[in-house]
Formats: sequence, structure tokens, C-alpha cells
Amino acid sequence: MNAEAARRSPAAAEDDGRKAQGDTQADTGSAREASSISLRALRKTFGRDVVALEQVDLDIRAGEFFTLLGPSGCGKTTLLRIIAGLEQADSGVLEVGGRDILSTPAHRRSVNTVFQSYALFPHLTVRENISFGLRMRRTPPEECHRRVEETASFIKIAELLDRGVEQLSGGQAQRVALARALINEPDVLLLDEPLSALDAGLRTELQLELLRTQKRLGMTFVFVTHDQEEAMVMSDRIAVLNDGRIQQLGSPEEIYERPENLFVARFMGHTNIYPVEPEGGGDRYASPFGTVEISAERTGSHMLLRPESLELLPAGETGTNCFPARVSERFYRGAAVEYRLECGRESVTATLTNRGQTHFRVGDEVTLALDTQSLVFLDP
Amino acid sequence: MNPATATGMSFLALVRQSWHVLATIGPGVVFIVIFLVLPSIMLMTVAFMTNGPYGLPEMPFTLQAFRELAGFGFLGWSPGNLYTLWRSIWQTAIATSLVILIAYPIAYYISTRPAHMQPLLLLIVIVPSWTNQVIRAFAWMNILAPGSAVTNAAYNLGFLSEYMGLFPSTFAVVLGLVYNFLPFMVLPLYASFQNLDHRLIQAARDLYATPVKAFFQAVFPQTLPGLMAGTVLVSIPAFGMYVIPDLLGGGKSSMIGNLVARQFSDASNWPLGGAAAMIMILATLLGLLVLRRVGRRAGGGREVVL
Repeated sequence: MNAEAARRSPAAAEDDGRKAQGDTQADTGSAREASSISLRALRKTFGRDVVALEQVDLDIRAGEFFTLLGPSGCGKTTLLRIIAGLEQADSGVLEVGGRDILSTPAHRRSVNTVFQSYALFPHLTVRENISFGLRMRRTPPEECHRRVEETASFIKIAELLDRGVEQLSGGQAQRVALARALINEPDVLLLDEPLSALDAGLRTELQLELLRTQKRLGMTFVFVTHDQEEAMVMSDRIAVLNDGRIQQLGSPEEIYERPENLFVARFMGHTNIYPVEPEGGGDRYASPFGTVEISAERTGSHMLLRPESLELLPAGETGTNCFPARVSERFYRGAAVEYRLECGRESVTATLTNRGQTHFRVGDEVTLALDTQSLVFLDP
Repeated sequence: MNPATATGMSFLALVRQSWHVLATIGPGVVFIVIFLVLPSIMLMTVAFMTNGPYGLPEMPFTLQAFRELAGFGFLGWSPGNLYTLWRSIWQTAIATSLVILIAYPIAYYISTRPAHMQPLLLLIVIVPSWTNQVIRAFAWMNILAPGSAVTNAAYNLGFLSEYMGLFPSTFAVVLGLVYNFLPFMVLPLYASFQNLDHRLIQAARDLYATPVKAFFQAVFPQTLPGLMAGTVLVSIPAFGMYVIPDLLGGGKSSMIGNLVARQFSDASNWPLGGAAAMIMILATLLGLLVLRRVGRRAGGGREVVL
């Protein structure tokens, strides 16, 4: 999987990550491309009336960093466990690399998981943990040894190999769990909130490391998280889940900038959401602030204002989509300044990039200008 | 602060500390000294004394009792006592193994029941041990006596000749030991199963372990501490068991506990009894050492026993 990649400089390996993967797999005699995953009408219930997944259709591309994002209980972990084979779907189709594996038991699936709590075996050393999958598949000891050393140096944990699992810090345990899964060169790597137990600084560092590892190996990663920022940083594409359904599927930009419904908008951290009604023609809408005019035709029952797309002008400015407002709170964040505004009876958050302009003060009367290009119309 | 007060302070602190130590472990130490250390010293002393003409230990100190224990008597060498020791060892080993085989699935089953059912099921396992051991042994004598349903069934299946009972026999002794010590294995194993980390099983399954391999790689190591604790709790008292071999065993199945008891009663040979008791304690300690080593090896270098 990573012998070549480990020997090269990271930059070189990153250029042709997928090629490097192919090369080394040829070494071990099991050449393998990254695999796509395809889910059709997947359904899972617990007991009689708890529906965990309802008719999930999803295509995950080969070599993609794909994230399942949603609040706890939305079905994202269940979906991951079904792909791993740790949970049985009630009905549907699950194909990895074009082969239906829904009835294949977990131990025969070329899919490995990095668990939320790492689930390292406490009675084994780091080395024994990492080689577990190879040993279960009766890999000769010399090859085991060689691949453990390679993977350990690739993940940068070579000095931990002979430690016990109890002696590891959170970040180290996370790396060991990753190595234990990656060494098996699976078709797909599943990651179940692998960073949620770590403190913020380490978390950011490991996010980038994980992302670089994925790019270098060109392996398909399916990542589960409830943290929308983490999802946006890491993913090629995101599926937002709620109540066992996929709410929206798309790139981080699409999900954040053009959420398709209220749930996705709120989950992505948006708060400036207001009900609207068509007023006369197709380009005028009645909002709580007043009439909003838009250029292109759009439909929806709610309007979403992205805080960073709003403009604040001095009081008295007039024009289309300009509304009088008053600054009620101000938060200075260094790179940006966040304002809470009272606009009519509504509260609006506006984030202004700090370019050294004069800041408004609490109590100032201002004019709120909406940018029609970035206005998003939503259905509930 | 001058040096005098400093010494005074530290003296006070020392008194307070000693008082604290005394108050916490003092009563325990006194109890152990009076009821364990002193009797053990007495027992060891007796073991090296001579058996007098009236059945009381006398001076001088000799190794006579140990020679007798090894089988050297008036009529030359006989292996009877060594047989008894050996029989104690293998009967204990078989009984403990059977207890493990029976208790393991029971403990697992109980741990998988709904939380409100578990105490009740555990109670069912424990309740029999609330009855006196002697009474339970007598109950088994009835069950295994000639003419009982179980005995008739054994006869009809061809295991037994007519008019014979299933007791007294080695079978009855092992059965009695298994029955008696089962709860002592179920309880620690149940505790292990209750704390079982199911994520490790899933991790093993995810890493290509078949269900059977997942059991040996992920479940068994987690229950090892309970298993080892249970083995100690079962095998040590079973090895020194007196009542069960006495009532269910007859002469051919007696264990070292019976040998010791006989020397202090009918045979009136206290030095021999003391020597046998000493050997019993040594054998037990040796067994613990072996268990400790086995546990450490199986547990991947971690202390599992003691």
C-alpha cells in the first residue's frame, strides 16, 4: 500500500498517490484500484418502529474523501456499520467496487474501520495491534513484520511499536488505529468520528494529516462526523443525513452556500433564515424586512442570508434590498468583525472581513444591504 | 521556628500517622497474627515433633512425620499417601476444568439478559450455596444411591452393574466438587462479561477475524481476569476439600484434606497431620505460582492473577 509512498518524499508521493498505491500493491501481488461504493434503497430498522435508515441511495466515487454528516441519531454511524458489515441492512443493495457485498460477513469484506474510541486491543502491543488484520489472514510473519515497519514509518509511529496500548496518548492511539486499518490495504477505509475525542489543536493537526494520507494513497475514505466545519475542511463531497434520509449531497461549497432545505441550512450553522412569500411577480418577495427584489427566478418559502455576504452601509443609504438596521451587539474576532443587528423585528448576523475599515459601534444606525447573488431560497 | 518546635511537630505528626496506621490495619493484623500466623507456627512445630505413645506430639524434633507422609512406615514403603496427594491434584484439576466449561456459558448468558433479570439469574446460581455443605452432600448421596432414578438410568444405559450406586465413587466426588464450586466461577466470570468491551469484538471482526477467532482474540482475553480469579477461588478450596470426598468418595477417593483430618482424629498422629497440612499449603502456593505464570502469558504480559 505505502512502501513506495513511505520511501518517497511526501510531495512526490502526493503527485501520483494513486500510482504509488498501484505499484506497491503489485509488489505484494494484490494490485487494487480504489473502489467506489454504491447503495441502493438501503433500509435499516431497529426493533419495530425505530427507522435508522430509510431508502438510502448513494454513490461514493473511487478515491473520494466522502463525509456522512449529521446530528447524533441521524443514521450516519449505522450506515457506516452496514458498509463495514457490523450491522445487517433489512433490504437494499450495497456494492463495493461493483460487487454486491450485503450478504458478505464482516471478516470477508475488504473494508476496514477506524473506530470512534479506536478500539485498540489492550492485551496486545502496538505492533500486535497493527498486524492483527494481516495475522488473521495468515500472512507470513516476515511479510507481517515488513509491512508493520513500513506502515508505522508512513504514519510516523515507528518508535511506538513495542509499547503497550495503555501507554499511548489520544493522538498516538488515533494514529495506531489508522495504521491498523490502513496496513490491510482495504478497498475502502471507514472512519467513525475518529477525531472527536481529541482536543482542538491536535484535532486540526490530525485532520490535515488524515487528509494528506488519503490524497497520497488515493484510497476511498468514508468519514463520519457531526462537526460541519470538520466535514467542510476534509471532504470532496458531503452527504448531510437526518432522520435516516440523505438531506443533501454535494461538495462542501454546495452544501454551505446552497443548502437545499431548512435542516441543512441550520445544521451548517446558518442562523439568518426568514420566511418569505411571493409578492406580485416572480422576482419580488415579501420578507420581514420589507420587499426583496431578486434578478433571477427562484422559489422557496424561506430566505437565507449568509453573514459574510451582507454589507453594512452608513445610515440613510437607500436602494433596492437596503434596509435600516441598528447594531445591537458587536464581536471583534480579529480577522473579522461579527455584528448582531436589529432589522425591524428580526435579528440578523453579519460578518465583515476586517480590512482596517472603521467599525460600527453598538447602538449605531446602519443600512443593511443584501447581495442578491448570494441570497438562498429554501424549502422547509 | 526553632529546631525544638520542629522536632515536636514532626513527633506529633509521627504519632498521628502511627495512630492512623494502627486504627486502620491494626485490628486486621491482630486477628491474622492470632488466628493464622500463630496456628501456622504451631502446626509447623508439631510437624517436626515425634508422635508419642498416647497420640500426643512429644520431643525430640525429627523428620519422622515427613518420612511417614512419603510412605515409609513399620511395614516398609507404601505409596498410599502419595496417591492421595496425586488424587487431590487431579480431582481438583478435573473439577476446576469442568466448572470452567459449565460456568463460562452460564456467565455469558446471564450477562446478555435484560438488566432487571440478571440479579435474579445470579441469585438462582448462588442460592444452593446458602444451604449447608453437609446437607447438600447428603442430598447427592440420595440422588446417587442404588435404586434412585439417576442410578437406574445409568444402569439402563449400561454404565453401571445392577444393585450398584453411583456413590461412593470418584465420579461422585468430582460431581460434588463441581456442584459446590460452580457459583465461585460464575460470579467473577459474570463480572468480566458485564464489563466486556463489545467494540473490541467488532474491531476484530472488521479486521478479518472469523466469529471463532474473534472470540479467542477479543472476548477470551477480556474474560481472562475473571477466569483466573474464578480458578483460584475454585481450585484452592477444592484441593483442601474435606466434606465432599468424605461423604461421597469412600476410601478410594479421599483427598489430602481427609488425610489431614484423619491424623487429628481417628489416627491420632498430629505430627503426620501437621506435615500433610504443610505439604498441602506448599502445593497450594505452588499452584498459585503456576496460575500466575499461565495468566501472565495468556494476558500478554499483564498481571492477571493476584
